Amino acid sequence: MMEFSTWDIVRNLLLAARWTIVLSLVAFAGGATVGLVILFLRISKQKAARVFAGGYIELFQGTPLLMQLFLSFFGLSLLGVEVPAWLAASVALILWTASFLAEIWRGCVESIPKGQWEASASLGMGRFEQMRHVILPQALTIAIPPTVGFSVQVVKGTSLTSIIGFTELAKAGQVLTNATFMPFTVYGFVALIYFALCFPLSKSSQFLERKLNVAHRDH
Amino acid sequence: MSLIEITEVRKSFGDNEVLKGIDLNVEPGEVIAIIGKSGSGKSTLLRCINGLETINAGSIQVAGAQLATDELHLKALRLKVGMIFQGFNLFPHKTAGQNVMLSQMVVKKTPKPQAEEMAKKMLDRVGLGHKFDAYPDQLSGGQQQRVAIARALAMQPVALLCDEITSALDPELVQEVLAVVKELASEGMTLLMVTHEMRFARDVCSRVVFMHLGRVHEIGPPGEVFGNPKTPELRQFLGQTH
Ligand SMILES: Nc1ncnc2c1ncn2[C@@H]1O[C@H](COP(=O)(O)OP(=O)(O)OP(=O)(O)O)[C@@H](O)[C@H]1O
Ligand SMILES: [Mg+2]
Repeated sequence: MMEFSTWDIVRNLLLAARWTIVLSLVAFAGGATVGLVILFLRISKQKAARVFAGGYIELFQGTPLLMQLFLSFFGLSLLGVEVPAWLAASVALILWTASFLAEIWRGCVESIPKGQWEASASLGMGRFEQMRHVILPQALTIAIPPTVGFSVQVVKGTSLTSIIGFTELAKAGQVLTNATFMPFTVYGFVALIYFALCFPLSKSSQFLERKLNVAHRDH
Repeated sequence: MSLIEITEVRKSFGDNEVLKGIDLNVEPGEVIAIIGKSGSGKSTLLRCINGLETINAGSIQVAGAQLATDELHLKALRLKVGMIFQGFNLFPHKTAGQNVMLSQMVVKKTPKPQAEEMAKKMLDRVGLGHKFDAYPDQLSGGQQQRVAIARALAMQPVALLCDEITSALDPELVQEVLAVVKELASEGMTLLMVTHEMRFARDVCSRVVFMHLGRVHEIGPPGEVFGNPKTPELRQFLGQTH
């Protein structure tokens, strides 16, 4: 059997952590884009659009992320489409992230006083112009802390992709445990690395929240 | 043809019929005060004229622009009538100047330099040229309301709708806003204002509309409406407020 030093373990985990970071970024960027579209549908004047977006959100929030990963990985291969694990993982995480971001942002948009819609409407702005120039800039400020806060969930969510065979941090931990028979050490480091990724995010979410509360008063 | 033609307008919220057939024609340059008890439908009438509420029956026309529910017709109408709200509704993330510039640039596609020039002119007109770079929360209520007036004026409307625009203000700030409105009136702007300032209505308005239970109950020049109310409802209303 090969000998693993502690450094070997840490080095391998850190290398795998790169994929956790990449997957998190992809999920977050993609999720934000899709989420913005869902948001617009969710607050649209068209009932069909609102119903569709509402259903989308319910579906992805109401089922475990794990099932969504299974379905996108095994489901698609059943249909004869060979999807690599990284693709299935990205797609599932993007759609899952989008459902939460859309709902977080909807709350922020709805917290903008009705008077802002009415004033901008009375000045002749169309719905898209109102969103673009009046509502979203204000909603965005409120949305930053919960959005950054949710990114922690995305990072942790990526660990589930190990199940469909995508080699990120959690999967690397599994592989290393099998090779070293030192589960406690290995998973201890895995947990530490997750913590090192998530802690700054949740801290900055809190910091931004405080800062934005102050900025509200004196520009 | 009148500037604003309101014909047989009806509006219900669910089972509650709030406007029960309103007829009102406003000539260019007229200043109309709308008075009446709380819940008589004054705000609803103004909001219908601006398309913020959709009407159930009747028609509204402003300078030939017909009220309809599609965005294109609405926009054409809203370019003709500006609206000032009780709660100011300035955009808090923009300075006073940017508040006045925004819709010119977005809606009318006015190039920035011209929009800025217009914003300066309009802020000067309401006595706030020096507050161009101030954010709304750095302004007093009276100043915010004057910025809101400048913002509406910058779109060069043919008429302004004012819904209790001094009601949210501390008493000492009311006059500075009314002075601006008076100035506009004397310059020939057509104004429709819901107000509780009876003194102002008497001094400045050409006609007073008394609304009661969703109808125009009495209408006439201020001297007549205030000096010689014909209906018991108006007498009672005036008795209450004086
Ligand atoms: N969006 C709405 N949904 C349901 N009912 C409404 C709505 N807006 C107004 N109403 C009702 O319509 C009636 C008239 O309201 P409106 O605001 O026009 O009265 P008003 O004359 O402006 O009163 P006030 O002097 O208190 O401002 C009230 O009974 C009110 O409850
Ligand atoms: Mg009212």
